Amino acid sequence: MPIRAKIAAFLGAAAAFALLPLFQPPAFYESLLYLVFFWVALATSWAILSGFSGYFSFGHGAFYGAGVYTTAAVASRFDIPLVLTWLASGLVASLLGIAIGAVIFRLRRLRGELFALLTLAVTFVIATIVLNTRIDGGPGVFLSGVKLPDIFGRQSSTIYLLGVVIAFASLATAWFVQYSRLGRGLFAISDDEDVAEVMGVPTYRYKLMALGLSCFLAGVAGGIHAVFVTYVTISETFSVVVPVSVVLMSVLGGARHWLGPALGAAFITLLNYAFVGGEWAVIGRAIIGAILILVILFLPHGIAGFVAQRWRRLRPAAVSEPPASSGARPPIAAPTAVPKPAQGGVLLRCEDVQLAFRGVRALAGVTLDVRQGEILGIVGPNGSGKSTLVNAISGYYRPDAGRILFGGTNLVTLPAHRIAELGLARTYQIPRPCQRLTVTENVALAGMFGAAALDRPAALSEARHWLDFVGLGERAASLPAQLNLHQRKFLELARALASRPRLVMLDEVLSGLTPTEIAGAVALIREIRQQGATVIFIEHNMRAVLELTERLVVLNYGQVIAEGLPRDVVRQPDVIKAYLGTAHV
Amino acid sequence: MPSATLLGQSILSGLFIGGLYALMGLGLSLAWGYLKLINLAHLAFAFLAAYVTYQFVGYAGLSPPVALLIVVPAFFLLGVALQALYTRFAVGEFASLLVTFGIAVIVESLIQYFWTADFRKLQIEHGTASLRIGTLFVPVIEALMLLVAAALSLATWAWLRFTYLGKAMRASAENPEIAAAFGIDPRRLALLMSGIGTAYAGVAGVFIALTSTLFPAQIFAWVGVVFAVVILGGLGNPLGVLAAGLAIGVSESVTMAVTEPTWAPLVAFTLLILVLILRPGRI
Repeated sequence: MPIRAKIAAFLGAAAAFALLPLFQPPAFYESLLYLVFFWVALATSWAILSGFSGYFSFGHGAFYGAGVYTTAAVASRFDIPLVLTWLASGLVASLLGIAIGAVIFRLRRLRGELFALLTLAVTFVIATIVLNTRIDGGPGVFLSGVKLPDIFGRQSSTIYLLGVVIAFASLATAWFVQYSRLGRGLFAISDDEDVAEVMGVPTYRYKLMALGLSCFLAGVAGGIHAVFVTYVTISETFSVVVPVSVVLMSVLGGARHWLGPALGAAFITLLNYAFVGGEWAVIGRAIIGAILILVILFLPHGIAGFVAQRWRRLRPAAVSEPPASSGARPPIAAPTAVPKPAQGGVLLRCEDVQLAFRGVRALAGVTLDVRQGEILGIVGPNGSGKSTLVNAISGYYRPDAGRILFGGTNLVTLPAHRIAELGLARTYQIPRPCQRLTVTENVALAGMFGAAALDRPAALSEARHWLDFVGLGERAASLPAQLNLHQRKFLELARALASRPRLVMLDEVLSGLTPTEIAGAVALIREIRQQGATVIFIEHNMRAVLELTERLVVLNYGQVIAEGLPRDVVRQPDVIKAYLGTAHV
Repeated sequence: MPSATLLGQSILSGLFIGGLYALMGLGLSLAWGYLKLINLAHLAFAFLAAYVTYQFVGYAGLSPPVALLIVVPAFFLLGVALQALYTRFAVGEFASLLVTFGIAVIVESLIQYFWTADFRKLQIEHGTASLRIGTLFVPVIEALMLLVAAALSLATWAWLRFTYLGKAMRASAENPEIAAAFGIDPRRLALLMSGIGTAYAGVAGVFIALTSTLFPAQIFAWVGVVFAVVILGGLGNPLGVLAAGLAIGVSESVTMAVTEPTWAPLVAFTLLILVLILRPGRI
């Protein structure tokens, strides 16, 4: 379905629900449908951060509750338009969320788990604050004095319409986010946050943005719900029902798709309706807990994920993408026609770079230059600091001392995504593709971030170009797990190239490949250089190193022990002693 | 500023409540550190044990030590059974949060179904007995609880550090594949560890029943403070849990004495946030 038809269908559905009160349904059905839409809004807003990025919040109740009590506190005291109070509800919830995220999202380890725990804990902290201040004080807040305008002649219709509005606003936001740059970044974060950052995704800012959006919508939904229930209490508002329900609804429906949580919300709300009243309410909560366990164990990708999986299995042939249609681009063939770039000044300079891990000096003062347009080889025994150097240059590690200058900019203090934007790209020795994105999406992601910063259609066409370039055009619609090692290595390469880098760092791309595959890879790397990029080539395969590189640096114990023309370097006695074992040439 | 006696008394009661925090956190810390399971159900189990103790002591007329002798082995078996289930379904660190969240909700509902949402308090003989030391009162059961918490923490630490099984456990947590290659069966160790952790929840439950008023909704309110203890103490570090538990307990009750009692729940959370901001590498 083309995008316009989808938008038309979405707006049509919204309009159809909005016009339902014209048929004067019994007020009871309006209330039930309102509840469905209320939960659709909460579950969908939850998924914008938690579903897309994988940071599960157990504190949606806190953000929703902040919204409930903001509206309760304001509307029961002051006579200002409700729309403004709801806006205030959203802002208060949003600020609360951002404050929590600003602390947790900085952590490197266990950030997902701690986020879940702290958001759950914050629910009770907020409840305590509300309980002990004049916001509530204990007895609850009555909103019976708050009057809504009668749209379609009835209060219940007005409330119902508000439910429709907040539900479809949440859905539209989630839909837009999913396919925007923000959403692509969030999906990359959920698969491998460190890789996403190094590819150029501003992970910290994106998580905060998504959390802010998510909490804003939850806060507004809470504000509307406060008017619906007319009497708000702490035990109801901050009970564990809200977080457990939204998590269940989203996971059940499929949290990685904008429509998934809505499906789950509708299903669970209607199921819950079957268990209303007295003892059944307690049993109903137990059943929700049980369904959550069963879904996690048996249906971890939710209904939407399950359907997508079946779909893929049923129609394996139909998913392959049309051939690349990027007309403006020069053909891949005949790269030798392109003149060899002039070797010029220094592109990257490492000055006395030092890095220690608890006393182990991984980099003990590395000083080296990478010249514009060259292929610089870096070799050395295992543990000599080659990969650590790549990690330090790409910003994953911050050196303890020294400077890394890239075209005059000191990279040492920059976050990794800023370094990627400047035009550095890397591959990983053990390929780290985003496992739940297709091959094309993986490469397109690199094109949307990094130095290229293309919009999505351009990034997709760029991705197809580079997939053809590395010979993975046929596998564009596969998932990375369906590729063999050789193909995954080439996927890494395509991903590095799609960001249009000025400097590519190849970390042992040849390891584990057969001689034929190595020959293909060597030819590719030559072409990459011909197209204007500078290459750092880290490798153990000395034949390939001697064949490809113009200069060679040897690392040992985190220090440069030799540097120069490859054929001279490999004859030096200390290089032979430290690394090669025997003379190589 | 409160008087010296009041301050002394509140430090003392902080130590006692801190002992309970450590008792609750011990099993959690072991499961997270060694089994890579974030067990939200642990607190629900502690309260289940408390209600069961309430039933045994209050209605069946058993004495508290007898209740302890029944509850602890029963919860050990519960822990073993659940671990078998987690292993069978290969529940990872993150999924464990969700699965045990579900279990906690079910246990909370069951408690509410059988014992209703009413407040319940166990009345036993000598339950409020206390010693007088100088100007300070020392309630006997609370003091016993603190001693048990300290003893269990020390014993667990020594077990992990000095015995063959404990060393195997640590090796297996560090790298299960390598440990297995050296003849350690990580699955059986995990069953044992989970059993021990859940048995600790049982111990904590018995003391909760003896010292506190019970109502089902409080289960999730404990999440913040107990997880703060676990995280501050260091995952899988029994002595750390004890130290963190006592530190948080004391700071809470001193806060209560100095300001309003109702603000106490904020203390643990604030401490945790401060540590996360100032020492993120601690985690």
